[in-house]
Amino acid sequence: MSHDTMHIAFTLNGKAVEIDVLPHERLLDTLRYTLGLTGAKEGCGEGECGACTVHLDGLPVNSCLVPTFQVRGRDVRTVEHLSPALLAPLHECGATQCGACTPGVVMAAAWIRDNSHLLSRFSIRELMAGNLCRCTGYDGIVHGVERLVASEQGAA
Amino acid sequence: MKVACPTTLAEAISHKALGFTPVAGATDLWAHWPVRTANHDLSYVDLSGLHELRGIAWSAEHLTLGALTTYWDTMQDSRVNAEFPLLIAAARYVGAIQIQSRGTWAGNIANGSPAADGVPALMALDARVRLVGSNGERTVPLDRFYTGYRATVMGVDELITAILVPRRTYSFTAFEKVGPRRAQAITKVGFAVAHSADGWRVVANSMAATVRRCPSLEAILNASHPNPPAEPDLRAAASKDLAPISDIRSTAEYRTEVFARLLRSTLATMTARP
Amino acid sequence: MLRLEGLSKLTGAERYADDMPLCDFLWGMTVRSQSPRGRIVDIRFDPSVDWSQFTIVTHRDIPGCNEVYLIEKDQPILAATHTRHIHEAVVLLAHPDRQALRRAVGKVKVIVDELPPVFDPRAPLAPEQLQHGTENVFKALEIRKGDAAAALTAAPVVVEGEYATGAQEHVYIEPNAMIAWTDEAGVICVRGSLQCPYYVLNALKHAFAREADGVRVIQTPTGGGFGGKEDYPSIIAVHAALLAHKSGKQVKIIYDRDEDMAATTKRHPSIVRHRTGVTKDGLLLAQDIDIIMDGGAYVTLSPVVLSRGLIHAAGPYSCANVHVRGRAVLTNCIPHGAFRGFGAPQTHFANERHMDRIAAHLGMSPVELRRRNLLKKGQTTSTGQVIRDGVDRCELLDAALDAARYDARRQRHAEFNRAHPYLRRGMGVATFHHGAGFTGSGEDYLASKLAVAARSDGRVEVRSASTEMGQGTLTVFTTIAAEALDIPADRVVVANPDTHLVPNSGPTVASRTAMVVGHLIERACDDMAGQLGAARGLSSAPRGGAFLAALDAWGRENPGRELVGRAQYKKPEYVQWYDKTYQGDAYATFSWGAYVAEVEVDLRTFSTRVTDFVAVQDIGRVLNDTLAAGQVTGGVVQAIGWALMEECVWERGAMKNNQLTNYIIPTSFDVPEINVKFIQSPYAHGGGGAKGVGELPMDGPGPAILNAVADATGADPCELPLTPERLMRLIPSGDAP
Repeated sequence: MSHDTMHIAFTLNGKAVEIDVLPHERLLDTLRYTLGLTGAKEGCGEGECGACTVHLDGLPVNSCLVPTFQVRGRDVRTVEHLSPALLAPLHECGATQCGACTPGVVMAAAWIRDNSHLLSRFSIRELMAGNLCRCTGYDGIVHGVERLVASEQGAA
Repeated sequence: MKVACPTTLAEAISHKALGFTPVAGATDLWAHWPVRTANHDLSYVDLSGLHELRGIAWSAEHLTLGALTTYWDTMQDSRVNAEFPLLIAAARYVGAIQIQSRGTWAGNIANGSPAADGVPALMALDARVRLVGSNGERTVPLDRFYTGYRATVMGVDELITAILVPRRTYSFTAFEKVGPRRAQAITKVGFAVAHSADGWRVVANSMAATVRRCPSLEAILNASHPNPPAEPDLRAAASKDLAPISDIRSTAEYRTEVFARLLRSTLATMTARP
Repeated sequence: MLRLEGLSKLTGAERYADDMPLCDFLWGMTVRSQSPRGRIVDIRFDPSVDWSQFTIVTHRDIPGCNEVYLIEKDQPILAATHTRHIHEAVVLLAHPDRQALRRAVGKVKVIVDELPPVFDPRAPLAPEQLQHGTENVFKALEIRKGDAAAALTAAPVVVEGEYATGAQEHVYIEPNAMIAWTDEAGVICVRGSLQCPYYVLNALKHAFAREADGVRVIQTPTGGGFGGKEDYPSIIAVHAALLAHKSGKQVKIIYDRDEDMAATTKRHPSIVRHRTGVTKDGLLLAQDIDIIMDGGAYVTLSPVVLSRGLIHAAGPYSCANVHVRGRAVLTNCIPHGAFRGFGAPQTHFANERHMDRIAAHLGMSPVELRRRNLLKKGQTTSTGQVIRDGVDRCELLDAALDAARYDARRQRHAEFNRAHPYLRRGMGVATFHHGAGFTGSGEDYLASKLAVAARSDGRVEVRSASTEMGQGTLTVFTTIAAEALDIPADRVVVANPDTHLVPNSGPTVASRTAMVVGHLIERACDDMAGQLGAARGLSSAPRGGAFLAALDAWGRENPGRELVGRAQYKKPEYVQWYDKTYQGDAYATFSWGAYVAEVEVDLRTFSTRVTDFVAVQDIGRVLNDTLAAGQVTGGVVQAIGWALMEECVWERGAMKNNQLTNYIIPTSFDVPEINVKFIQSPYAHGGGGAKGVGELPMDGPGPAILNAVADATGADPCELPLTPERLMRLIPSGDAP
């Protein structure tokens, strides 16, 4: 029960991963510094900005608030897993400027696209409220998500 | 730093008894984690592997939220939406999806923040907290759970395993949260209000050292029912029940004034109904 | 054209400083003063730590001057004898384990003999509080036009007002980040998140007593700047370089958000007083304006922030008699520095609120008051600058009112407000301008250089020190070069800013990149095309297909070589500026804006929500619709934050709410869609006809929103941010819903 390092296994972007982690590591640290997946960014370290958003068992989470030991046996997906083709609507609408919030924005957007039934209860602006952006004023993001959802529904 | 990852409740309780800090959604405990180096010297017991703490269950008397139930779990549950809109209203204003997906109702209770958003809704519904410790199980009414600022009745060996919400017919419920912005914000002034055959409940957050029921307000509401009390009476009762402070987020003056205005306006919407 | 690096950012592939794989490196951190002012008497290293494991740097390790190289060199790189503000850097530590380092920083104590600090820029000074000159004044400036005093005395109506604005934190989403090392040739190198590579280069030269060839600065993708990475990265770069120099290893400094918010610059707080003489029908006769800016503990950029604030203080209006005075004053607060708008948002806020208050005083519509006074072509600004170009200001105003359906909406609001128990709606207008490029003779002094290379691989490379930080430099430069040469954009590449490889095109600030540096691209392209034409024996400089054919032919004959076209800034001939009198053409040109805000105020909570926002502007020619609109929407939302919620809470000159939980910026849920319109008028001396756009949108929203709150509630707010707590004090309790 006492660990210098902890051995954990989980699914990362569809592949099984087994690694040793330090007990105090956050999922964000493990992804960035151990596994080299630097898409998720650290913007605040307090679960406010959403730049570190990844999917844990299919739901958006702030990976800065996830102790890595908690992902054992679970499914983690990061921005690196998304198909670039899906990102065209966001690109066209000006959803990215400096890009620091962007990977988190993209992960929230992808989740909305996959759960577009939520838009009958929640607005895109409410669902994106966990992703702070300081550049776009959000219009580029909101328009991009609208177009992303429309293209998905058109394809379905 | 030590971490225990038990698979049974008994194991978890034995770690808790040794002083291990329970971790569920980690949305409070892990905030500012890298710079809170003193916390890296503590020991933690991870609750996320305890399947017996999962799930939403219904009996004739209660809605039971397992201790690992997240805000999003309830927001996605059509039965909770239909029967307990007050809980959904509160859940919706806890952070944003990234927090709703991880934060648990039980963690919100255990963390003991006076600004907790989930607690007032639960307390207004007369929720009870099921605690399990080395000597067995007990159930504590949520309105008797806090003993002071971030202090609770929980024993060192006790864990919250479930939250029991009585099923009643409510003629009126309302949840109000005033934060510095519309989403993803810590409450400056908040309350939950409910009326059923058991009378009125008014619970305030960010208005005292703990989330707390407002007995004077409830008394004048019960007395004047079905009409709302006069405004001076509301203000007088609120000042008896609450002790707001000035801090980094707001002022005592603002909290006092806005609580009164918002409560009056909320009660007016009830009486305005046909 | 789509943002060139857009997909790289969307896929997460873009590598920011903290994303770059490093081997065998140390983390660097900073030990800071906990005292606002005093004499450093000791630095205590807790004996429980094995300090031999750490690289430790103090001021004694600085090979050159212990001065941050900027306008005045009054700020130390590491405090040596005295500290002037909480969070001032004193000691640097490096260690391979970041957590061990974080713990160690807390084990170093800077012992200070406290001296009396100053926190209020207006408070009378005791002699022992003097720290700069005879009055703690960093800079005092004055603008005079006509005789304001006499005109005020004679004016039939005089309206006075005092306006205040608070500090603002930039909250670029990527915190400050810097990596330093010494290369095989002994050159001290840094790469990191920064706006101005040559500012950092000059800082390194000065601190290490080296020439330019002994230091090198490379920009990494920069996750937002807004002015916050204009001057401060010089300090972090020198810090990282000192640790690298001493340890012989690569050193990486990444600020935690808490540290970034606590230690780095903010927007200058301001207090502006107006006395304005007007005729009864609303013509401006005299403007007397007094400005105080809180500079914080060191000079940094305060003189130029003050200057820009002064020049914009009288607004985009014609007035024959103007007197503007301003001072930037020392306080023992963290130094205030560059932030989008650079002094102008503060003075525009005061002036535009004041215009509404004058209108109220005269019983006139605020729109009509503006219409009567807006500058027309041929009229002059407060510095006597003749307005020569741009869309007519009244046309912009009308377009904004039209887009906002101003009159119809106001009528509906009147009915709504009568009926609703607690919601109040209102609308507000602001008209304003923003000078593009450095102020006064600044661009002449910078004498920016740029190169365009025709490469033997058939591509054209733009070489400048102008950085991409989200605003679109890469894309816009590519467009300008492709248009200048009439070639496809995929034949153009923009070099990454690296001081070993690119000339100094000046700092990436002051809304100057597209306009000033963009124009240099065009001129360098002319030069390069001329050389190519000559090399190919053509009668003229080739363009389009002829250019590409000539380049391909030249490239085949000259493999591995390149033809370099160059340009250096030359001011447009009409520009005349007199620094001594502060008169003349303060900027080569201005961008112009007319904004309309609609708000809804909840009288139960005193919170204000912006429910509609129209932003109409003249920024010359629009080079890229999406990028330009993105600059406006982003600026407007940043200004909505400043206007309504972003408040730095100070305690002994240090920011107490240095967390994103407590320093509140707008989320997507807090702001409406911004209705952006451009009325274009190409500017002859700007790249592709462009004028500046980056800062303009920061100027208008503050006053437009507070004017709307005044319209909605009848309150008279004169201070930003207008938090609910502040608005509550302005609304009589009798108005309780």
